[in-house]
Amino acid sequence: MKAVITVTGKDNVGIIAKVSAVCSEYGANISDISQTVLSDYFAMIMLVDIKELTVEFGAFSDILKQLGVDNSLDIHTMHEDIFNSMHRI
Amino acid sequence: MLNTNDILETIRMIETQHLDIRTVTMGISLLDCASDDKKVFADRIYDKITRNAKDLVSVCNSIEKKYGIPIINKRVSVTPIAIAGGGLKEDGFVMAAEALQRAASTVGINFIGGFSALVQKGMTPSDIALINSIPEALSKTSIVCSSINVASTKAGINMDAVAKMGKTIKELAYITKDADSIGCAKLVVFANAPDDNPFMAGAFHGVGEGDAVINVGVSGPGVVKSALESIKGKPLSEVAEVIKKTAFKITRVGGLVASEASKMLGVPFGIVDLSLAPTPAVGDSVARILEEMGLETCGCPGTTAALAMLNDAVKKGGVMASSSVGGLSGAFIPVSEDEGMIAAAESGCLKLEKLEAMTAVCSVGLDMIAIPGDTSAETISGIIADEMAIGVVNCKTTAVRVIPAYGKKAGEKVVFGGLLGEAPIMPVNTASPADFIHRGGRIPAPMHSLKN
Repeated sequence: MKAVITVTGKDNVGIIAKVSAVCSEYGANISDISQTVLSDYFAMIMLVDIKELTVEFGAFSDILKQLGVDNSLDIHTMHEDIFNSMHRI
Repeated sequence: MLNTNDILETIRMIETQHLDIRTVTMGISLLDCASDDKKVFADRIYDKITRNAKDLVSVCNSIEKKYGIPIINKRVSVTPIAIAGGGLKEDGFVMAAEALQRAASTVGINFIGGFSALVQKGMTPSDIALINSIPEALSKTSIVCSSINVASTKAGINMDAVAKMGKTIKELAYITKDADSIGCAKLVVFANAPDDNPFMAGAFHGVGEGDAVINVGVSGPGVVKSALESIKGKPLSEVAEVIKKTAFKITRVGGLVASEASKMLGVPFGIVDLSLAPTPAVGDSVARILEEMGLETCGCPGTTAALAMLNDAVKKGGVMASSSVGGLSGAFIPVSEDEGMIAAAESGCLKLEKLEAMTAVCSVGLDMIAIPGDTSAETISGIIADEMAIGVVNCKTTAVRVIPAYGKKAGEKVVFGGLLGEAPIMPVNTASPADFIHRGGRIPAPMHSLKN
């Protein structure tokens, strides 16, 4: 069971640290990260294993969304199946 | 790992292009609720619906969270009440409609459909009683939807029922006159109505279906339009290809949600309806897709051809994406629920006659069209008969949902709000078909050879 966390917004100090801290706090194990900064615009995609999640998935997603709101970032947390079903035959 | 562009594309579709699941609809059979006592019947249907659908809303909410995709409506469709409640009188049917409304409020869904009768060949006393009860039933309830199937390719067109529905629509418009005749927005007249349609107002749970089933209707006109924006000026074969690929992706999401909902609710998965269903929101319009293809305004010459291609490409992409496709599956062209259609109708470019032609090549029919309040019952029956003929002869579903806005004239407006939107009142040809409609009887089923 994996989820995809996408973080977009203006680049700032400590974005990855903040998102990773939430992941570790709630038992989401990071298995891959890809990140770029294009002219001040930060975009990160993180693949996390949610087998050992200590809260409901919905709650985890809300916490990350709130983290985004607090830091002027756009954070989406979605189960990987939606991407697999849409983009793979 | 997943491709970054694919991930961002999905998020863009949801965030800015209005990709959503329009509805998760649970079909529930009420055949085992039959009783000749109206009170017992009302109690049984209330109990069965609330028992089966009690977790529908919470399950949909958790799926929404899991996949990050909005599920706009949660609905229930039931066995046509004229069948389940066979033997009841008019007051019994009104009581059943109120029980449906109560059950829907209890489980927290947005709409409940199935206050219906199938009368394509003839009407039983129960069918007649149900149709007679429609004005009272729909004015006393707010989220109960009704549909009457008056024609089919195998049976022909029941013109007695067509004449009756013209009168019923007028009556319903009058009785709900204080709210722009909104009752008529919850009543649809069908030819070849599908048994597994998740969309309102026409959803009902067919008698050939199981005890309960989950059907899902997707959406996504905005996604198709955005995809077409990237290929401006390219040949139409490329346009068809892009629509197909986009429809594939949209349908896949529908299939995923449907199978997840079915698993969580312990109810079998029925179908994904791959209709392009617009909303009144800007950027969620089928008319704007046609305009993106190169039409100045929806309704101009070329509109029928563009729509035919759109409809066909959507089906081709969708069928590849799911092996359980059903319902209405095509492009919807409801006037009041589509921002581009509203604009085209207001500008005078989109007329009733053009809409009728368009319905020959797309899903559903004359949908959510406001007409002058003084339109006669016979003229409404004439409009219905024309639309039924298109469906019957072309072996497709067609429908009529017109709103004769009481006390209003062409050029004025009706406003319903929410997904039902608003619509300019379109002028109707005033020459009378009264003698034709008064003949009654049945238009025989068409033949299926000598196709010309």
